[in-house]
Amino acid sequence: MAGSTLEIKDLHVEIEGQEILKGVNLTINGGEFHAVMGPNGTGKSTLASAVMGHPKYEVTKGQILLDGEDVLEMEVDERAQAGLFLAMQYPSEISGVTNSDFLRSAINAHREEGDEISLMKFIKEMDSKMDTLEMDKNMAQRYLNEGFSGGEKKRNEILQLMMVQPAIAILDEIDSGLDIDALKVVSQGINEMRNDEFGCLIITHYQRLLNYITPDHVHVMMQGRVVKSGGPELAQRLEEEGYEWIKEELGIEDETVGQKA
Amino acid sequence: MTVEVSLPYDKEYVTQFSNGLQEPEWMQSLRLNALEKSESLPLPKPDKTNIQGWNFTEFKHHVEGEKIESLDQLPAEIQDFLDEEEQKNLVIQRNHTTAFGVLDEKLKEQGVVFTDMKTALREHGELVEKYYMNDAVHVDEHRLTALHAALMNGGVFLYVPKNVQIEEPLQAIFWQEDPEASLINHILVVAEENSSVTYVENYVSNNKEEKTSANIVAEVIAKDGAKVSFGAVDNFEAGTTVYANRRGVAYRDSVIEWALGQMNEGNTVSENITHLIGDNSHSNAKTVAIGRGQQKQNFTTNIRHFGKGSDGYILQHGVMKDKSSAIFNGVGKIEHGASKSNAEQESRVLMLSKDARGDANPILLIDEDDVTAGHAASVGRVDPIQLYYLMSRGISRFEAERLIIHGFLAPVVNQLPVEAVKRQLTQVIERKVY
Repeated sequence: MAGSTLEIKDLHVEIEGQEILKGVNLTINGGEFHAVMGPNGTGKSTLASAVMGHPKYEVTKGQILLDGEDVLEMEVDERAQAGLFLAMQYPSEISGVTNSDFLRSAINAHREEGDEISLMKFIKEMDSKMDTLEMDKNMAQRYLNEGFSGGEKKRNEILQLMMVQPAIAILDEIDSGLDIDALKVVSQGINEMRNDEFGCLIITHYQRLLNYITPDHVHVMMQGRVVKSGGPELAQRLEEEGYEWIKEELGIEDETVGQKA
Repeated sequence: MTVEVSLPYDKEYVTQFSNGLQEPEWMQSLRLNALEKSESLPLPKPDKTNIQGWNFTEFKHHVEGEKIESLDQLPAEIQDFLDEEEQKNLVIQRNHTTAFGVLDEKLKEQGVVFTDMKTALREHGELVEKYYMNDAVHVDEHRLTALHAALMNGGVFLYVPKNVQIEEPLQAIFWQEDPEASLINHILVVAEENSSVTYVENYVSNNKEEKTSANIVAEVIAKDGAKVSFGAVDNFEAGTTVYANRRGVAYRDSVIEWALGQMNEGNTVSENITHLIGDNSHSNAKTVAIGRGQQKQNFTTNIRHFGKGSDGYILQHGVMKDKSSAIFNGVGKIEHGASKSNAEQESRVLMLSKDARGDANPILLIDEDDVTAGHAASVGRVDPIQLYYLMSRGISRFEAERLIIHGFLAPVVNQLPVEAVKRQLTQVIERKVY
């Protein structure tokens, strides 16, 4: 097994004083695709934001390690430079900063000073990746996410993923708001990333994304924890039967995090 | 309360000054009339900024500047304003002397005039007289307009005849080389029917300690169907107190676009007013500003709608740091009868320190029913969620802030017509913010 390893151990996270994650355990190795599924309000996006270091989320207990290094000690930019990437559900709009300038800054942030990517190489790579994602070339010169449709924002997140080439990526509901054609295109981009080294955590509450990107491991979150893990067949069963059977099996009445377990 | 400040320049001085320039009689009498009025008129009262006690009267009124034979004699800081290719349409004013001036022969043949104001008064006196402080700015608005009229000592005249479309931008550089020289510049742009022109000006000085004052009036007249795009980067040093009044009058189907980079280091009052007189006239007025140190500034962008179906957009973006303070007044006024008009504005202030002060005052005054209008205003810090997003791609906090601030000031940078001026403004922003 090559690549990096992200370990999440007994992670507890609060937002504005309310505990959302109540002890998440998860390990993602390079070369593996994991899916985290679950109904709305069970803490999936909180997990993604906490790993990346969103300012509103406070880790109260537990550990996040990337190749043994303490991620929680790192600033957000250091986490990215260490190899983490989060494709966000609601990426910010930043006026006046072109998509292309932003992407170049992001790529160069991962490189040593004096070893910046050449403009020609950058444009070539961006063009080819935009082709894969069937993105309009004008989008490179538009301001970052400003006035982008929901689908354009998602494609743009995947474009960044493909350009930055992180060790471990988390995709937070990258399928929401995408029609079936866009979903196929975005999935193709993500599948192109697949190799022995790249690890990926896909967060979704629809199984349909997993028709295009087959996960090696599937986890179900409820009440701020991973309550069940399995292989791709688990996603299939969720698609057919929904989440009720898991709740019954585990004796859970309300799966959201607001409830005391 | 009015503080009486006597002007060091009297009737005799003004008469001699005017005679020395061989000015037409109307100009001399306009000056003398204005001088008299300046004694009794009050200072302007910009909203929420007290300018009593600011220096508008202590300066050197006439300082010669050396001629420039070729542009490579210019210091690097001035060359920064110039694109590398050959300069075809350029005026450089050094203190109160026109040090350099060229205009494309083809434009001359078409009847375009682009020359310093002193020459224009001698050679195109009647044309200047028709517009000079007539339609846009008036002598007797307040003490500073009167002082301006009495003591005007520089500026340019740009005249574009009917149907002449000028592709390449025309550029003026106003260089206050002497630390105490006062630029009392008058810029008059007249675009006749269905003509179009892009003009950009730069102000620059080096007087960090020495005190002086600049009193600038720019008048833009866009006749029916004309289009004027006016760009400016003001970059006076801390010793210069600035009053800048840029005003446009737009007739039927005409367009006036403003892109003002207000980068002065000293106290500044700047007003940019556009009168949309004609039906379907249009103005897009953009201002970006930075405040730092102890600087006090007051910016007003005002678009007044008189014509039916007139369209006005105001954008003001300010970045405030240290202990600076600035007021941004955005005024959209739709007069009775200006039906189907649209007045939009956006004023945003980004605060980079807790001691800085910035106010955005959006004002809509509407005396007509059948119109549309809107405004957005905000004062705040750099958005932590935007920072998080950029940093999540590996970009450092410092670099992320830098990107956001440059982006915030981009609306004016992007609109400036000359690449060198864009680059220079970007450098000034970089220097002032960090």
